[in-house]
Amino acid sequence: MSYRFSFADKEIAAEAGQTVGAALIAAGYRSWRTTRHNGAPRGIFCGIGVCFDCLVTVNGRANQRACLTEVRSGDRVEPQEGAGRADLAQ
Amino acid sequence: MDVLVIGAGMVGAACAYYCAAAGLRVAVLDRGPVAAGTTSGGEGNILVSDKEPSAELDLALLSVGKWVELGEQVGADRLELQHKGGVVVARTAEAATGLATLAKEQREHGITAVDLTPAELRDLEPNLTRDTAAGAFYPQDMQVQPMLAAAELLRQARDRGASLHTDTEVLGFRTGADGRLTGVRTGNGDFAAGWVINAAGSWGGEIAALAGAPVPVLPRRGFILVTEPLPVAVRHKVYSADYVANVASGDAGLETSVVVEGTAAGTVLIGASRERVGFDRAVSLPVLRALAGHAIDLFPFLAEVGLLRSYLGFRPYCPDHLPVIGPDPRVVGLVHACGHEGAGIGLSVGTGHLIAQSITGATPDLDLHPFRPDRFAEEAA
Repeated sequence: MSYRFSFADKEIAAEAGQTVGAALIAAGYRSWRTTRHNGAPRGIFCGIGVCFDCLVTVNGRANQRACLTEVRSGDRVEPQEGAGRADLAQ
Repeated sequence: MDVLVIGAGMVGAACAYYCAAAGLRVAVLDRGPVAAGTTSGGEGNILVSDKEPSAELDLALLSVGKWVELGEQVGADRLELQHKGGVVVARTAEAATGLATLAKEQREHGITAVDLTPAELRDLEPNLTRDTAAGAFYPQDMQVQPMLAAAELLRQARDRGASLHTDTEVLGFRTGADGRLTGVRTGNGDFAAGWVINAAGSWGGEIAALAGAPVPVLPRRGFILVTEPLPVAVRHKVYSADYVANVASGDAGLETSVVVEGTAAGTVLIGASRERVGFDRAVSLPVLRALAGHAIDLFPFLAEVGLLRSYLGFRPYCPDHLPVIGPDPRVVGLVHACGHEGAGIGLSVGTGHLIAQSITGATPDLDLHPFRPDRFAEEAA
């Protein structure tokens, strides 16, 4: 467990080369975003980058697929609500 | 059977719906599933704004009226029909002059076109680039989900007695002793009818050739980019003024001009490229890159937005950029409804309405002469 990153302001340990999704699952999380219309919880579904269900905000960048994003030490990972781009809503 | 419709795409669905609503007995045939060909590669444009005063604009106006009617009858939600309006952006003084001239001509033709200053453009589209010269707003422009709309119109046609036959490829035509069409041969047996409508989209030329009445419908490939879902950041159908010039061009080479619009699902669609490469489905990275670049130029925030995917479609294109609509004098019983290029979704319902009028012997709301199927032979002669 050589890497450390933050998820919702909690420190999480990760192996080098692990994805954000794998590290979150290993840390006991099952969901980390809510859907746009009904606010339903979502986490890993396909696990191979196809379904876009496991979206998460990494270092301020929304809509990153947790299953494909390799974690780096010091990353700031946040749960994502809806489209994660409330900044664009007018 | 009174009418066979070849093609279960948007145009075929519209023909089936209006014919069934007129009391005709209708069967729809498609070699694949519903809306899986030309329709599936479309964007869902219902535009008057990109059309110069012409027979095509008349058809667009008729179609807009029919879409409004359909939205009221079946429910706009069931079609994802949005009366969002179109915004055309001129980036240079030259483009602004061209756009103002076009808007004036369109107004004289019955289109609502409002000239916009750069400040008014910003009010309508707050995320638009600040680097604009002028714009125009077209409240009649709409958007629809093409596959949903085709499926819904087929459902409505079936409610009125029509039948739908998917996985049924037309292999040939049957003719009576007098030369009149009597039906078609398919992989699933023969179908008899007095009228056969060619609504085969980009493959309309092949069906016409099979019937012995060729029309020069050619495929023109277009790519669309799909972004990740976003809050409403693009309010209207927004495109650059050079789109109109590209639509009217007959050049075989690649042309791109940007069309940006949000969808009901939250994704933003970015079109539209045009190139004549036959039915080649290979992804072209340079085209995708050009589309993305143009879109970012118009909406700078898109630089920080991810793409989910791209898709492509083949627009059924005629050399004179007009669709082929109406009975073919060369083969009695054959009726064409194809060749609408990139405007087929929007023009489908007006086309279906005119075809139904024509088949039932009513006087069509529009003169079909500009759309006549045998015009190409005249030009060649």
